[in-house]
Amino acid sequence: MIAVVDYDTGNLRSVCNALGRIGAQYCVTSDIETIRAAERVLLPGVGEASSAMEKLRERGLCDVIKGLTQPVLGICIGMQLMCRSSEEGNAACLGIFDTAVRRFEPDRESGVKVPHMGWNSIGSLHSPLFEGIADGAFVYFVHSYAPDLCDECIAVSANGRTFAAALAKGNFYGTQFHPEKSGDIGEAILRNFLKL
Amino acid sequence: MVAKRIIPCLDVKEGRTVKGVNFVGLQDVGDAVELGRRYAGQGADELVYLDISATVEGRNTFTLLVERIAQNINIPFTVGGGISSIDDASRLLDVGADKISINSAAVRNPMLIDEIAAKYGSQFVVLAVDAKRVGGQWLITTHGGRQLTERELFAWAYEGQERGAGEILLTSMDHDGTRCGYPCELFAQLSQKLSIPIIASGGAGSVEDIADVLSSGRADAALAASIFHYGEITVGELKRQLSEKNIKVRL
Repeated sequence: MIAVVDYDTGNLRSVCNALGRIGAQYCVTSDIETIRAAERVLLPGVGEASSAMEKLRERGLCDVIKGLTQPVLGICIGMQLMCRSSEEGNAACLGIFDTAVRRFEPDRESGVKVPHMGWNSIGSLHSPLFEGIADGAFVYFVHSYAPDLCDECIAVSANGRTFAAALAKGNFYGTQFHPEKSGDIGEAILRNFLKL
Repeated sequence: MVAKRIIPCLDVKEGRTVKGVNFVGLQDVGDAVELGRRYAGQGADELVYLDISATVEGRNTFTLLVERIAQNINIPFTVGGGISSIDDASRLLDVGADKISINSAAVRNPMLIDEIAAKYGSQFVVLAVDAKRVGGQWLITTHGGRQLTERELFAWAYEGQERGAGEILLTSMDHDGTRCGYPCELFAQLSQKLSIPIIASGGAGSVEDIADVLSSGRADAALAASIFHYGEITVGELKRQLSEKNIKVRL
């Protein structure tokens, strides 16, 4: 069973639909014992980083998530919350990944848009999360902030600056892109997560 | 850099796609889910479903359809048509829409952009803008081009961005349906003024037209309906040809 953490940050529907398509068993929950007992934990999220952190705190989930030992996957904001800090609302985050999340700068001359929205390629892939996925694969991004490169980076992408498109440390994984919206490649990545 | 997106647009009436023929082996061309899945399989980057129903029953059927689309399609999709309140937007988000597009209702009540963006984020809000050249100016029209307003295109698009729209979907009503290409200079000018992505719509008659608007027109995405529906070119073939013209696309 995968616990999809519900901390009231909007739409969990996409993630659940994708898990349904690949035949995974999941439940949507904010219950601490259910999360601890799950085989895998998925931390989704859209919205604003500092208020999302506040919601995790209100539910007493910060230490729970940091203490998990099963495979954990954060998606988009979910991954950003697992970083050290975010410029968005000057949020202090969980600090699982030792990197900071910073805003993109638009550049009209070179055509860098913010939000970074659409399909971009990922490279320097090195993680079981990307087994069977080739460097240069396209995945779907929607975000205005992104983590800086760091030792825990397992995939890079670029929008003006180069950033960490995915992170991993021990049992913790995170993707800045949305595997649940990234077509067949995204479904392959979610299947890999189920095998971890 | 992010790839340029190709977005087929499907018109839905009373829960069924209208237009859309010529798919070999497709039993039911009216099935919006099946048609969407075909396009996704060909390499479409996103889909737009536009509800052109005129009745309450039609709208309700559309909501049920959106739920099925969300369950079955593994790429992002936008829904539009008749969204005039935050409740309409919420209803569509709840059944799984990734984005909604608003048009006439935003012109009538610009605060609608702020409200939806504040509640669900800018990535959820596509501001659709239908413009028409009048004298030396581009003015906004509503109701499918039937009503001309006094709003000027660049000012309105910028206002939309500042209010929280995540993308602008621009259609030139002078070019829509002509299949003679897009007004590339207009798109390039708008791109210079905005920091959010711009989707070009209306006017594509050939691969060359789409290549032009994505390169010299600096659009981030191109939306098209008839060239795909009538089977003139598949999404995959279009993207291969764009790639040969050195336009970065997802293949």
